[in-house]
Amino acid sequence: MAVRSRTDTFVLVVDPIQCDGYGHCAELAPELVHLDEWGYPILVTEPTPLSARAVRESARWAVRDCPRRALRIERHAGTPVSTRPRRRTE
Amino acid sequence: MGDARSLPRLLTGVGGPPASLVEHRARYGAGTARTGLLDEIEAAGLTGRGGAAFPTARKAAVVRAQRGHTKVLVVNAMEGEPAAHKDRTLLATNPHLVLDGATALARAIGATRVSIAVARDEQSTVRGVRAALRERDREDRGLTLELFTPPWRYVAGEESALVHWLNDHQALPQYRPHRPSILRIGGAPALVDNAETCAHVALIARYGAAWFRALGTEASPGSALVSITGAVARPTVVELALGTPLRAALRAAGADPEPQAVLLGGYGGTWLAASHLDAPLANEALAPLGASVGAGVVVVLPAEACGLRETLRITRWMAHESARQCGPCAFGLPALALDLQQVVASGPDAPAALIRLAQRTDAIAGRGACRHPDGVVRLVRSALDVFADHLDSHRRGRPCAARTHRPVVAVPELEPEEDLVWQ
Repeated sequence: MAVRSRTDTFVLVVDPIQCDGYGHCAELAPELVHLDEWGYPILVTEPTPLSARAVRESARWAVRDCPRRALRIERHAGTPVSTRPRRRTE
Repeated sequence: MGDARSLPRLLTGVGGPPASLVEHRARYGAGTARTGLLDEIEAAGLTGRGGAAFPTARKAAVVRAQRGHTKVLVVNAMEGEPAAHKDRTLLATNPHLVLDGATALARAIGATRVSIAVARDEQSTVRGVRAALRERDREDRGLTLELFTPPWRYVAGEESALVHWLNDHQALPQYRPHRPSILRIGGAPALVDNAETCAHVALIARYGAAWFRALGTEASPGSALVSITGAVARPTVVELALGTPLRAALRAAGADPEPQAVLLGGYGGTWLAASHLDAPLANEALAPLGASVGAGVVVVLPAEACGLRETLRITRWMAHESARQCGPCAFGLPALALDLQQVVASGPDAPAALIRLAQRTDAIAGRGACRHPDGVVRLVRSALDVFADHLDSHRRGRPCAARTHRPVVAVPELEPEEDLVWQ
């Protein structure tokens, strides 16, 4: 990954075709995932700062433990002047 | 062609037999190879006529920039919208116009193959295209033109599903998180364009961008094919300048002059109240109303029908047509159909069903790999908005204002799930 700036953020992203609704992610990263009435994940779309270490750790666990390998973490490089995602590094 | 402002452009000779290659040349001229075709398309401002209205030149440029010895141009004539029959009509009238445009585009992006996709259920179109291809035996030097016949399914014409079928004979949409994404057929970069879009390209190649812009609006130039069904004398395809008021489009099709509403764009489109019939058929004018031209679908709802009942019929079918790959679509759409059914039934469950509909549409939107669920959400939301009077009666457990329950929208019959063909 490129140089990490304090404004770098991430979002958790799901491949809806791969996802079979096991729901492990909602247990492992309740800050980022809640399940709909059919058991499929609804993810927080608001970017989370990479500096939020506890949330980042939860997201990693969710990605690692997904039985369908349907989740991934998408990092967005921020800039000190703008919070708009400038590029994707994953 | 004569005057740049005269119509039809694409549908010259409609109603007659398909134009042979000789007739086609007499009608539109031979057409010479044009250098800088993509620039001309860009200047013309042509946008895709399959529904998404993405700028054609920009989409082509992305594929042209790809490395690779072989590239594929896919002509999408799948026409999955049951309320649309414009691509079929075009291919039954001027098949060589579509093929001219496709071959010109293929050369412009450096493709060596042209794959034409027509749903196998459309037997007469399949035969027509096959005959047209035979006539062009010696025409398209350096290009291989081939006809493919995937099964007809609502989502089979979605471009990633179409490419998936061309690769693996599975007409299922693919997950594409990053746009623009490059679709590939056997490793070769593929450009997918709607059949009508190709026909416009053929005319831009012949007459240029300024000619193309002589019709339409600044933001939506050119003409478009519009399929008008529902409360009409007979289902009609008309070619109109973009920006034509909806009311004029209805008149051109001999539709009910005082409809209750129209469904615009497609089954995954938007209901528009009759008070908006003076809106021009152009995306820049329709966007504030939450609508778009889409695939050029207009379904006319007469005053005596119940729009909620029609929406239920469409939703039920759309739920059935889900590829069942994504949970929110596979489970969510049938749930929406059940909620709608309870609303339409005007029973004691109606108020609760209405609350659930609002929650469920919010929960489903944006959560599929393709836009199929989003389309249904759009349809349902617009129905709840436009048919508010009916809704109120249903919620109070009273019969609504509909004087007939005769179906208006031509929804296909539901096939048993085990008979759904995706291969």
